[in-house]
Amino acid sequence: MANLHFELVTPEKLVRSDDVFMVVVPGTEGDFGVLANHAPVMSTIRSGAELSVYATEGGSPETITVEGGFAEVNESGLTVLAEAVS
Amino acid sequence: MASLKELKDRIESVKSTQKITKAKKMVAAAKLRRAQMAAEAARPYAEQMEKVMGNLASKVTVDENSSKLLAGTGKNDTHLLVVATSDRGLCGAFNANIVKEAKVKAEALIAEGKKVQFYMVGRKGVPIIKRAYPGQILKHFDTSEAKTPGFEEAKAIAAELTALIEEGKFDVAHLFFGKFRSALVQEPTVQQIIPVALSDDAASEAGGAVDYEPDEEEILAELLPRNLTTQLFGALLENMASEQGASMTAMDNATRNAGDLIDNLTIVYNRSRQAAITTELIEIIAGAEAL
Repeated sequence: MANLHFELVTPEKLVRSDDVFMVVVPGTEGDFGVLANHAPVMSTIRSGAELSVYATEGGSPETITVEGGFAEVNESGLTVLAEAVS
Repeated sequence: MASLKELKDRIESVKSTQKITKAKKMVAAAKLRRAQMAAEAARPYAEQMEKVMGNLASKVTVDENSSKLLAGTGKNDTHLLVVATSDRGLCGAFNANIVKEAKVKAEALIAEGKKVQFYMVGRKGVPIIKRAYPGQILKHFDTSEAKTPGFEEAKAIAAELTALIEEGKFDVAHLFFGKFRSALVQEPTVQQIIPVALSDDAASEAGGAVDYEPDEEEILAELLPRNLTTQLFGALLENMASEQGASMTAMDNATRNAGDLIDNLTIVYNRSRQAAITTELIEIIAGAEAL
């Protein structure tokens, strides 16, 4: 199965841009997991919540805390625009 | 003709000026690289933001309830000119060019019978605008405390602008800054920031079924201030890079001019010195012959 292209962008720089298996996004109306070929979605993100990035299927997630922003899923993958990451 | 001592002092003074301009040029060159990198790093975010804004705005209908950032106040009377300049001089005509652009726009607006207000970012433009349009500066945002203008400053400016439009202090806002083309070329640029100016091609690209969570209006409401912040942030970064570029070019010219001046002065100095020696010799010979 194809991997999901994941980009994490802040105003200062492009934090991450690589292919991963799945990302769990903390949306304002609930968390949702994004796999490759996900339907187009746009959602705001809960501020101060954690993104979980699964590099491989069944692997342990890597978490990234994001401050304010939103996530967009389209044909080219998942893009998360955040004001700050830590 | 100036005495030898005077000439010597002059040469020394020009030399020390040259040292200053040379140092400033080096500093600007180093800072330019950093500023350029920062400006480039910020680009993906701004591009993405613009794309998303275009998609969203084409889906949302504008009515009296929509945000003022999107729809404006419905009037077109008072224009706010947000003029971003640098805090420091020694950068050639950089600030003067931006202010000139703003003045041209202001004159055009006044000729149309509109009211013009200014919102100044950075120190250098303030006195010029104050002189030309006394009492029309609404606010001055001081960036001199921050070493490099960052996202925090952009956020603060955006918040103030939003508050001002909510109070009905202005209807349309334009942003003036120096767009960075290269170290030699900086372009004073105008951009309409409130209400949001959307390019037509961005809107026409929109399509496909996208799920919105929570919904379009709410996302847009959240996005608009952020979009404003991003635009301001981008402008601040461009301005920073332009300032350093302009500074580098100006200081390079100044250093070269100082060098030319030193050369000329040295020639004059040597000529006068030789003339003095010749005169002295003639006096001695004439004295010896008289004996």
